[in-house]
Amino acid sequence: MRTLKFLLQKEFRQIFRNPAILRIIFVMPMIQLLILPLAADYEVKNIKLAVVDHDHSSYSRQLISKITASGYFKLDNYNGSYKEALQEVEKDHADLVLEIPDHFEKNLVKEDASTLFIAINAINGVKAGLGSAYLQSIIRDFNGQVREEWVQFPRFSPETQVMVTSSNWFNPMMNYRYFMVPGILVILVTLVGSFLASLNIVKEKEVGTIEQINVTPVRKYQFILGKLIPFWLLGLFVLTLGLGVARFAYGIIPAGSLFTIYVFAAVFLLAVLGLGLLVSTFCSTQQQAILISFFMMMVFILLGGLYTSIESMPEWAQWLTKINPVSYFIDVMRMVVLKGSGLADIKTHLLTVFGIAVLLNGWAVVSYRKRS
Amino acid sequence: MGAVTVDNIVKFYGKKEARVTALQGLSFDVQKGELFGLIGPDGAGKTSLFRILTTLLLADAGTASVDGFDVVKDYKAIRNRVGYMPGRFSLYQDLSVRENLEFFATIFNTTIEENYELVKDIYSQIEPFRDRKAGKLSGGMKQKLALSCALIHRPSVLFLDEPTTGVDAVSRKEFWEMLAHLKQQGITILVSTPYMDEAARCDRVALMQEGKIMSVNTPAGIVNEFGRPLLAVKNTNMLQLLQAMKSCEGVEDAYPFGEYHHVVLKPGGEAAVKTILEQMKMPYEQHPVTPDVEDCFMALMRNKDGQ
Repeated sequence: MRTLKFLLQKEFRQIFRNPAILRIIFVMPMIQLLILPLAADYEVKNIKLAVVDHDHSSYSRQLISKITASGYFKLDNYNGSYKEALQEVEKDHADLVLEIPDHFEKNLVKEDASTLFIAINAINGVKAGLGSAYLQSIIRDFNGQVREEWVQFPRFSPETQVMVTSSNWFNPMMNYRYFMVPGILVILVTLVGSFLASLNIVKEKEVGTIEQINVTPVRKYQFILGKLIPFWLLGLFVLTLGLGVARFAYGIIPAGSLFTIYVFAAVFLLAVLGLGLLVSTFCSTQQQAILISFFMMMVFILLGGLYTSIESMPEWAQWLTKINPVSYFIDVMRMVVLKGSGLADIKTHLLTVFGIAVLLNGWAVVSYRKRS
Repeated sequence: MGAVTVDNIVKFYGKKEARVTALQGLSFDVQKGELFGLIGPDGAGKTSLFRILTTLLLADAGTASVDGFDVVKDYKAIRNRVGYMPGRFSLYQDLSVRENLEFFATIFNTTIEENYELVKDIYSQIEPFRDRKAGKLSGGMKQKLALSCALIHRPSVLFLDEPTTGVDAVSRKEFWEMLAHLKQQGITILVSTPYMDEAARCDRVALMQEGKIMSVNTPAGIVNEFGRPLLAVKNTNMLQLLQAMKSCEGVEDAYPFGEYHHVVLKPGGEAAVKTILEQMKMPYEQHPVTPDVEDCFMALMRNKDGQ
């Protein structure tokens, strides 16, 4: 115990003396949490619209003003022909072309039907999909208005209509920040927990200090605990800091209890620390450790369900997310913060991550050798 | 039972195809309280041997013991009673002098005060800088700190891997004086060095080359083994002189040695050397010298190559 105490004392001294680590621990979470959620915005706004109006009727004008009034579309230009409008798309001045044919109004009134043509620049798939969906719903709405105008009262509507009203549970305002901030916080905790720990151990290898430690009676478990405990505490600290930022900058107050979050985080940190330890046993320079960490971070984020939903991934990728501890923590954070889940609800998550922690730490301890 | 015994130690590096033999069956003993030097050029296997003896590396064959404990079975006991100073400075550069020393004292379950007597002479020289970060010390001071840290738990055997490499001449001299002082306290010291001139300061030395020990003896004993007359010669065209000496009938070996060339004579070769020096028609100088360890090393290497 006494040895462990001194190892920890030494470790904390080194951490607090390293300005780079301090910056990573204190400043990075603040900045990332304050800036990233603003940039990682799912809503698509300012879709640039080119209109080709062959009709020049009051209905076509009404339609266009309805579209531009929605706030999602920015009218780029009126064009004389589809060809001209396409050129606007090619120059990237427009994302979407709406062509209104001749006799649009006339057909609508006389024949009860008319056509519209929409062309979309699909280079950015998300923007194209959302843009066409918005536009279609606006046109549908317009359609309803027109119909109302021409239906003769007191005639009953000849067609039955299904009305859909949705109620957004857990995030009624559909505020994507409630969804992103907890996720980004998980990534930050992972970063501190696993990568700082592995870099720290590899640094001892690189500088050669581990050699000096290895000839001393310091036991393997003492050395490993001496490395894990500081970064475990730092990880929990970053989590606290991040929850504070979420509360004061975004007004996100977890619906569930903080206790649940901390219990899960404590176990989760064990798993990522085990991973960091494992990386460090296979690397002999900090450069190697950084490159491996970078690679794994990408995998963690992309297969963690932070930006894209896991349910829409191909099946093999869904299997990979099952061994990604980060995906569990992101899920748990969202469950607890938004839905107010308790320990009983996240029991499976907790046990799985605990299993991953035991596995990774066990593997790391077995492959860590004091002598070669 | 000696303080250190090495019996037929073999160490390979690399996989089967590209296997390099670093140590080819070494054997020697070091007595308690001895200052023992391992002398050899870079790549002779000195560091590998030290790493085996300090339980950091497993030998592929052979046995070794330190202070009566086997390096494989009783490695825990050995780690408690040896001090190791690696060739590369490997203390915590971001901790201060005092913190480094304190750290190494505590992980050996002791305190600086308890063994202060032992390190006093060395540590007192760096004590004025005790709050300075170890990384900011000069080379000589780093080395004194490293030695203090290796000694703070009063080891019975001290391993110093090339402690004087890259250190200035004055600090080297000081360092050897410190070792002589430590020896008086009864600590067995194994020190490796590529510098032949340092051999004379050891009680006994082992000359190493390519993973083999060529000779183990006292410095005087090694010099006595030389057993042939040695001349130092010099004239104005040293390159030509060396070639002439090498091709001379009465000469066994000739090599540059400082400002002179050293010429190992065959019995009665003196006259032939003299003739050549005269023939070159240049002012020259020649006088017999007593061989030192470097001469012996050259001779041993030559014998080995000749076999």
